[in-house]
Amino acid sequence: MQVRAENISKNYASMAALDDVSLTVQSGELVALLGPSGSGKTTLLRTIAGLETPDSGVVYFNDRDAAESRIQDRGVGFVFQHYALFKHMRVMDNIAFGLRARRKNKPKEADIKNKVMELLDLVQLSGLEKRFPSQLSGGQRQRVALARALAIEPSVLLLDEPFGALDARVRKDLRRWLREIHERTGHTTLFVTHDQEEALELADRVVVMSKGKIEQSATPDEIYDTPATPFVFSFIGESSVIPVVVGNGRATLDERLIDLQVGNLPDGPAQLFLRPEDVAMVTDGGPGIPGLVVSTRRIGGNRRVTMECGLARHRIEFDAPAEVPIANSQRLQVRIIGGRVYGAGEEGYETEKLAASATSDFKWAKAEGWLDR
Amino acid sequence: MSEVKAPAARRQKQAIGEGPLTRAALLGVALVFLGLMLIAPLLVVFVEAFSRGFGVYIDALAMPDTMSALQLTLLVAAIAVPANLVFGVAAAWAIAKFDFKGKSFLLTLIDLPFAVSPVVSGLVFVLLFGANSALGPVLDDMGIKILFAVPGIVIATIFITFPFIARELIPLMQQQGSSEEEAAVSLGAGGWRTFFLVTLPNVKWGLLYGVLLCNARAMGEFGAVSVVSGHIRGMTNTLPLHIEILYNDNKAAAAFAVASLLAMLALITLAVKTLLEARFAGSLAAQRRH
Repeated sequence: MQVRAENISKNYASMAALDDVSLTVQSGELVALLGPSGSGKTTLLRTIAGLETPDSGVVYFNDRDAAESRIQDRGVGFVFQHYALFKHMRVMDNIAFGLRARRKNKPKEADIKNKVMELLDLVQLSGLEKRFPSQLSGGQRQRVALARALAIEPSVLLLDEPFGALDARVRKDLRRWLREIHERTGHTTLFVTHDQEEALELADRVVVMSKGKIEQSATPDEIYDTPATPFVFSFIGESSVIPVVVGNGRATLDERLIDLQVGNLPDGPAQLFLRPEDVAMVTDGGPGIPGLVVSTRRIGGNRRVTMECGLARHRIEFDAPAEVPIANSQRLQVRIIGGRVYGAGEEGYETEKLAASATSDFKWAKAEGWLDR
Repeated sequence: MSEVKAPAARRQKQAIGEGPLTRAALLGVALVFLGLMLIAPLLVVFVEAFSRGFGVYIDALAMPDTMSALQLTLLVAAIAVPANLVFGVAAAWAIAKFDFKGKSFLLTLIDLPFAVSPVVSGLVFVLLFGANSALGPVLDDMGIKILFAVPGIVIATIFITFPFIARELIPLMQQQGSSEEEAAVSLGAGGWRTFFLVTLPNVKWGLLYGVLLCNARAMGEFGAVSVVSGHIRGMTNTLPLHIEILYNDNKAAAAFAVASLLAMLALITLAVKTLLEARFAGSLAAQRRH
């Protein structure tokens, strides 16, 4: 079943939760809606399910306007962040609920029982059918919720932050397991998450949302390698931003040329977005951008170095091999070997910049010896 | 190490808590208050009821007026409680699960019977249905008697006891949110099925408390009923009104005998509640934990 949302808008009070959003999920596709809280991703999911009514726009299931049918008849399997299991029912009755609620073609009780057992097997909870939800762990509850949603043989499976309430280990296991289930059952699946790792690992396609709009819809590789907007760049993975100046199709930092394509940006101020791997330390004495190390921390086999560079002391982060000794206050030269330049007006993902710049100033002063005098 | 540990173990101090003296004092105050305000009055009722002997007690209860008052009280409760059960559940469902304009106004309206003095509530109905009201003559022509008759008592009782069930359910339903209902609907369940299989089981304990409180008040209501009933002995006297009449007639023992009957009804209600709680302690705990 193909799901198509066209020009969906939805306002809460005066805030726009969804601003003219269009999205197509192809039959059998596994798509992630990724964004920070308040980006409208859950509203979009609930609108597709029919749990919210859009102010304008249409949701199509194949070529049928979903608004023509009641929520009950949409055939949507919805999985909630906090499971929403029926607390007073045993696991088996929870899973059988949708089958028993059918008006047409209601299966016989024996068939329902078989189906429930089959699903319990699929979600690896055989033997727990007599338990109440309160007697299960969080991960088990979410698997029951998924089995319950799958029981109605939904035309589309919608999951709202399905692993958001679980701890990291369980989340990782369930992620892999959901991917397997999707491959086995082939349901058209749309899930909401704020966890980029989850989205990139699990989905065929990632839809990044911000402020009620879709920023980019692409494969995980494209999202990471060619982010369409500064927002996507800064929301996905680690990033540093430094202001540069574009002139004659080239970007410069403090009048030092940076060897990067700038596309067709107009001359003037611009922003350079960098991932840690876009910066390399200069070890051969060649030309580079000088900077001062403010902190280092160990990340796996590498050392993540935070350095302040340029006249305005912009912070950038890069990785150096752990065996290279780097100390705080050390002066280094780096070369920029990647990254993307965006126009100055475009907005990135807001992190806590104020706090960062305050500590940066303090550390700089300390490194320069101002505080000791 | 052990030198430090030994006294610590002896006087294991709780992180949160007062010294034993304070605790005893607080407990004492609570017990004295409880005894003075709750237990002593209840005991007095029974002591006074039997003060003239068992015979007088039985006679007071067996009086035809008492019997008819008891019947009327039970009848009124039997109408008012189911009516408020339906209204209360409907109102709580609407307020907790849906967003609509005027929601807070509706909430305030539900509290109105709590805020208004019962006597005033009674007077409102006298003004509404009385001979001098616009409705009065119309009802009279149709041969419908509301004031100083059973319908008036029922209406006044429903008004007074309206908030009990709704008030009990609203916070409970709000706290539970509507995601279980949303799940049920997305699984294909219709409105009634969702209500009876999902919503109702989730609030059954709150509903039970509400019904018991509502019932206790319906049987005990005095002020509003007093205004609309007209005090016709054997006709429109409920138990509380009957007690007042007996007391005013200087039949204190009889009054307390009937009062003990009312108190018994209340005690039975509480006993049923406690019993049910004990019986279903498991499922109750399971729901709370979730």
